[in-house]
Amino acid sequence: MSDVELTPDEVRHVAALARLGLDDAEVERLGRELTSILGHVNTIAQLPIADVPPTTHANPHGDALRPDAARPGAPRAEALANAPDPAPEGFRVPPIGA
Amino acid sequence: MSGAWQRNGYEAVIGLEIHVQLNTASKMFCACPNRYGDEPNTNVCMVCLAHPGALPVANAEAVRQSARVGLALGCRIPAASEFSRKQYFYPDSPKAYQISQYDQPLCAEGSFHVPGEGAFSVRITRAHLEEDAAKMIHAGGDAGRIQGSAGSVVDFNRAGTPLLEIVTEPDLRSPEDARRFLTLLRATVVAIGASDCDMEKGSLRADANVSIRPLGSEEYGTKTELKNMNSFRFLERGIEAELERQLGLVRAGEAVRQETLHFDPATGGLTSLRSKEEAHDYRYFPEPDLLPVAQDPDDLAALAGQLPELPVARFARLTGAGLPEATALLLATEVELAAYYDDLAGRVGDAKVAANWVMGELQAHLNAAGIVADATPVTPERLAGLVALVVAGTINQTSAKEVFQALVEDPAATAAGVVGGRGLAQVGDADELGAIVDRVLADHPDEVAAFRGGREQVVGFLVGQCMKASGGRADAKALQALLRERLTA
Ligand SMILES: [Zn+2]
Repeated sequence: MSDVELTPDEVRHVAALARLGLDDAEVERLGRELTSILGHVNTIAQLPIADVPPTTHANPHGDALRPDAARPGAPRAEALANAPDPAPEGFRVPPIGA
Repeated sequence: MSGAWQRNGYEAVIGLEIHVQLNTASKMFCACPNRYGDEPNTNVCMVCLAHPGALPVANAEAVRQSARVGLALGCRIPAASEFSRKQYFYPDSPKAYQISQYDQPLCAEGSFHVPGEGAFSVRITRAHLEEDAAKMIHAGGDAGRIQGSAGSVVDFNRAGTPLLEIVTEPDLRSPEDARRFLTLLRATVVAIGASDCDMEKGSLRADANVSIRPLGSEEYGTKTELKNMNSFRFLERGIEAELERQLGLVRAGEAVRQETLHFDPATGGLTSLRSKEEAHDYRYFPEPDLLPVAQDPDDLAALAGQLPELPVARFARLTGAGLPEATALLLATEVELAAYYDDLAGRVGDAKVAANWVMGELQAHLNAAGIVADATPVTPERLAGLVALVVAGTINQTSAKEVFQALVEDPAATAAGVVGGRGLAQVGDADELGAIVDRVLADHPDEVAAFRGGREQVVGFLVGQCMKASGGRADAKALQALLRERLTA
């Protein structure tokens, strides 16, 4: 597999999805870094793993479910303690789509 | 009317995405209460507020109920399924991703049959478990709308509550079929007990993917997505409006644009919504904080065996017992009414007689009182007492209605007690009836003459007079016979 080089447009697209504003120098630097990371993934992809079943977790046999028992949540004041802009009943957020 | 939507050589192609809020005690990935209507932000914790380092643990009951729904939809339940992260930025999602399922859903392909006139089947693509989003309380602007809003407050009580998303193949061919399908699906989930499926409260929400294509074409046209239609009628009307809109575009030589639309039931209009994110940019990947969910085949077989009688099976049973399709369908979709009917039919021993009472007097009473069948004071046991008196000929239909009303008004009364107390026992005795008939004929010489002159329809009037004279207690059949006998004598 050949190395993938991220274009500046691809970097900007990924940045937009992550809500990051980048200047041109950052696009250039992050493009290089991301390309290097993808290159490493390519290296891994070259390992002979045809016989290994794909897994997404280190422990494929796990089945950690929780019984359906409710307990009270945190007091509201505590829940709102770290809110940047608390309203009396909740978390205020800026207007959307304005 | 039943059947496909076809206009000007085009047909409708409709698929549904249905979100069902599961009625577990706790949320999907934390132990906060899963409860509707509480004070904002009182059922929240580190996990559902997405504090750094807080870890989710999946709710076993949500998994179990989802599997039961999947089995009822004829789905294959894979031995392993997996949670995935769906990335998007919006204030209703504190983690900036939703834990959902992607390529390994809990329930895989199934099929759901809608019986009755114009019966059809719909393939189920998948049903997967995910967490619900928080609720946005928009200050200013129109209720629930985003643009023009002066800022919002987020209520995380709903964040992280379990949702089962059921996705169908685009197999529906009319707005009416979409409504019929959703009605029966809702009844099935309610019968299973996995959700109350209350569209007004949002515990059942439906989106529709709508497109049209030339009749006979195998390919799909460009589809639009109708969001969150919160009643069966709006679903049907919204799809209808969108089909007409698309047909207008196509016939004018314009293209249908892929977009998300909101149906306004007040105006019947459709408005385009801005999407949260481009669909293919959700960047799903396996949720590293949760282990795969394993399903044991023996457990699944046991779950399947413990399912209650489902609406489709009930429909087949009731039509098999001789009930009309419309009656069977209503009883199939209304769980409480069906339970009432079964109880009554068992006591009365006659399916049709029981169905007549349930569809007639009982339904009228329930509608008038605005209650469901298990809330009426006229229990199946009490009604069965009344039905027995009618079947035995002790009282006639007119008196039966009076007795029914008495049972509604006095929860302590019995049918036999009311009949005895009010002297409602039917007058069928020839001497007693004969005396009434003679008196009525004597009082109405003009009508008698008219009858004898060939105006036979006056007999109806005379029957009415005799019934009135008997205090509504006359045996209608015996009365008719006796009256004709005297008139033609
Ligand atoms: Zn929580």
